[in-house]
Amino acid sequence: MTATTHTADHADEHHDHKPYGLSRWLFTTNHKDIGTMYLLFGLLMAIVGGFLSLGIRAELFMPGLQILQPETFNSFMTLHGLIMVFGAVMPVFVGFANWLIPMQIGAADMAFPRMNNWSFWMLPPAAILLAASFFVEGGAIQSGWTLYPPLFTQSGIAGDMTILAVHILGASSIMGSINIVTTVLNLRAPGMTLMKMPLFVWTWLITAYLLIAVMPVLAGAVTMLLTDRHFGTSFFNAAGGGDPTMFMHIFWFFGHPEVYIIILPAFGIVSQIIPAFSRKPLFGYASMVYATASIAILSFIVWGHHMFTVGMPAAGQLFFMYATMLIAVPTGVKVFNWIATMWRGSLTFETPMLWALGFLFMFTMGGFTGLVLAITPVDITLHNSYYVVAHFHYTMVAGASFAIFGGVYYWWPKWTGKMYNESAGKLHFWWTTIGFNLTFFPQHFLGLAGMPRRIPDYALQFAEWNMISSIGAFFLAAGQIFFMITLYMSYKSGQPAKDKQWEGADSLEWTHLPSPAPYHTFEVQPVLK
Amino acid sequence: MSAHTGGYYFAPPSKWPLVGSTALFFMAIGGVLAMNSIQPGGWIFLAVGFAILVYMLFGWFGQVIDESERGLYDKQVDVSFRWSMSWFIFSEVMFFAAFFGALFYARVYSVPWLGDMDNRVLWDAYNAAWPTAGPYFDTNPAYQFSTMSAWGIPALNTLLLLSSGATITWAHWGLLQGKRNQLIIGLFLTILLGVIFLGFQVYEYIHAYSDLNLKLTSGIFGSTFFMLTGFHGFHVTLGVTMLIVILARCMKGHFTAERHFGFEAVAWYWHFVDVVWLGLFVVVYWLV
Repeated sequence: MTATTHTADHADEHHDHKPYGLSRWLFTTNHKDIGTMYLLFGLLMAIVGGFLSLGIRAELFMPGLQILQPETFNSFMTLHGLIMVFGAVMPVFVGFANWLIPMQIGAADMAFPRMNNWSFWMLPPAAILLAASFFVEGGAIQSGWTLYPPLFTQSGIAGDMTILAVHILGASSIMGSINIVTTVLNLRAPGMTLMKMPLFVWTWLITAYLLIAVMPVLAGAVTMLLTDRHFGTSFFNAAGGGDPTMFMHIFWFFGHPEVYIIILPAFGIVSQIIPAFSRKPLFGYASMVYATASIAILSFIVWGHHMFTVGMPAAGQLFFMYATMLIAVPTGVKVFNWIATMWRGSLTFETPMLWALGFLFMFTMGGFTGLVLAITPVDITLHNSYYVVAHFHYTMVAGASFAIFGGVYYWWPKWTGKMYNESAGKLHFWWTTIGFNLTFFPQHFLGLAGMPRRIPDYALQFAEWNMISSIGAFFLAAGQIFFMITLYMSYKSGQPAKDKQWEGADSLEWTHLPSPAPYHTFEVQPVLK
Repeated sequence: MSAHTGGYYFAPPSKWPLVGSTALFFMAIGGVLAMNSIQPGGWIFLAVGFAILVYMLFGWFGQVIDESERGLYDKQVDVSFRWSMSWFIFSEVMFFAAFFGALFYARVYSVPWLGDMDNRVLWDAYNAAWPTAGPYFDTNPAYQFSTMSAWGIPALNTLLLLSSGATITWAHWGLLQGKRNQLIIGLFLTILLGVIFLGFQVYEYIHAYSDLNLKLTSGIFGSTFFMLTGFHGFHVTLGVTMLIVILARCMKGHFTAERHFGFEAVAWYWHFVDVVWLGLFVVVYWLV
C-alpha cells in the first residue's frame, strides 16, 4: 500500500503529465476527469432515456395499441423517468459541479478526490441493474418512477434490482454531496468569502445539502418496500395496519426536494450566463442566495401537493396548497433578478444566452402551471392528467435541460479549448425550442381535456394533439443528434478558444485560467481582494 | 496533485473506488438472486462481494491511516474530515427519520383510520389501538403477540449505552492528557459495554420470537419495532467495529493529544447511535 502511494506520488510530480489509457479514467482522482465522466455518463443515459420516451411517443402517435403492449409501455414510462432523473440530469449537474466548483472557488481539487471517484463509479453498476431489469422474468417495473405500492410491491425480480440500484445511486449522491459541501465550505481561496462565491457554487452548496437530507429518506422508503416484498413487514399493507399512502408521504418528502435538487443547479448556471452576456453583475446577488435557500427550506413542507387526491384532511390540503404557492415568491425573486440583470445591459445573444433566455421564458411557464396545480380543487381535476406531464416537462426539459445545454455551450471553450460553431449552436437552440414546444405544449390541452397520463391507448378525441406531440418528440430527438455532431466537430476541428472567451464573464475559471483549463489548476490558491 | 506541493493533501490515483464499486455490484446481484431464491449463486455472489468490500475497507482505510501517520494531513484536511463526518451523521439521522416517521404515521394516522367508519365495513371488530398487528392479522391467533416491557433489559440497555458514552469521553480525556492507559482502558470499556448491549439485544430478539410471538411479520408493530431496533443494532455493530479499529490503533501508538480526528469521528458516531437509542427507548419500548 505504501509502495503504491509512493509510485503514484512520483508519477504525479510532473505537472500536467496526465496518466494515460484506461487506468487514467478508472483510478482518477482529478476533478476534471471525474466531471467529464459524469457528463459523458449522463449523455449516455439521456440517450437511453430518450429512446424510451420515443417508444412512448411512437405508441401514442395514434389511438389503439400498435407497438408496445401495456405492460411494456408502463415499463418504458417508468424507466424513462428513473433514468432521466437519476441517470441523466443529476449526474450531468454533478459533472458541472466537479468541473466548475474547484475552479470557481480557487481550489486545486475536490476535498476528497478518491471518494469523488467512487461517487462516479457507483453509477455504472446501478445503471446496469436498471437496464438489465428489462430482460429478467416479468420485465422492468411498471409502477412509475415513484415506485408506489401495492403495484410496485407486486413487481418481479426487477423490483429488487430497482431498489438496489436506487440504494447505490443514493449512496453515490450522498458521498458526492458531502464532498461538494466540504469543498465549498473548506477549500475556498483566501478572500473568496461565501457571499463572493459565484451563484453556481451557491446553488450547488444548497443542492448538496438537500441531497444529504433527503436521499437517506428515499433509502428508508425503498428499504421498507424491500422488506414488505420479501421479509413479511406491513409498512404499506393495510391488512397489517400499514398504509400504502404512507409510502407516498415518505417518498414525496424525498421527491419534492428532489425536483429542486434538479432545478437549483440549473438556476446557478443561468445566473452565470445571463450576467456574462448582459455585461453587468448579477442583479440582487444577496437576494438570489436567500431566495435559493428559501426554496430549499420550503421544499421540505410542500410534499402533500403531489397527493391531494389520495385522501387528506382539508386542513392538510390547505396547508400544502398555501405552502406550495409560497414557493412562487422566492422563485419570482429569481426571475425578477434575471430580468433586472438584463435591464440596460449590453446584451448579445450568443448560444449560451439563447438557452438562458429560453430557460427564462419556458421555465417560468412551467412554474406558472405549477401554481395552477398547487390549487387543490384545480389539482383534483388535473391530477394524473397530461397537464401534469406538460407541467413538469416544462421544468425538467425547458428548465433543467435548457440550462444544461446553455452551460455546455458556455463552458465548452474552457473545457476543451475549442470553440463550437456559433451558427450550429443557435440552430440547435431553435430546433430544440420548436421541438420541445411542439411536443409538450399540446399536452396542456390534452390534460385539460381529460386525457390521463401513463396509458398506452386513449379515446379518439385526443388523437390530433397526440399526433402533433409525437411528431414534435421525434423532431426534438433529431435535434439532439445534431447537437452531438456539433460538439464532436468542435472537439475535432473547432477554432481555438480564448482564455476569456466571454468578455462579460467574471468568475475565476475565466479570469485566472487558460483555455483549455490545465489538468491541474490552482495548486497555489489565488488570493482575492 | 500530491503532497509535495505542500498544504492540502490531494490523493493520487487510487484503485480503491473501483474495488468498492465492484463489491457493491456483486453484493447487489447476490442480494437479488438470494432474495428471489434463484439457485445457484445468490449467496456466493453476496459472499464474494462482501469479501471484496472488506478488502477495500482494509486497503482504503489502511492507506488513509498510513497517510495520516506520515503527517501528510494538515489542519485544513482535518477540517474537511470534520465537516464530512458531521454531514455523514446528518445523513444517518435522516435515514432513521424515515423509519421514525413511518412509526409516527402508523400510530397517528393509518391505524386510527383503519378503525374508523369507512373501514367498519371491512373489519367491523377491529380495535384500532396501539400496539396492533393490523385489522386482518389481529383476527388470526397466529399473529397474537405481547410487547416487550421497557423496564427490563431495554432500560438496562439504556444505562449501558449512556455509560459507554461516559467511558468514551473518559478515554478522550486520557488521550488529551497523554494518559495512554486511561485511553486504552476507556476504549476497551466502551467496546465491552457495546458488546454487552448487542448481546442483550440478541437475547431480547430470541425472547420476542420464542416467548412473546413478536416477529418482524407481526403487522405494523412488528415491522416498526424490528426495523428500528434492527437498524440501530446494525449501527451499534458498525460502531463497535470502528471502536475496535481505533483501539488497535491506539495500542499501536497512533494519535496524539493534538491530532486524533479518527478517534473523535468514531466518538461522534458512537454518541449518535446513543441518541438514536434514547429515541427508540422512549417511542418504541416505553410509550407503547
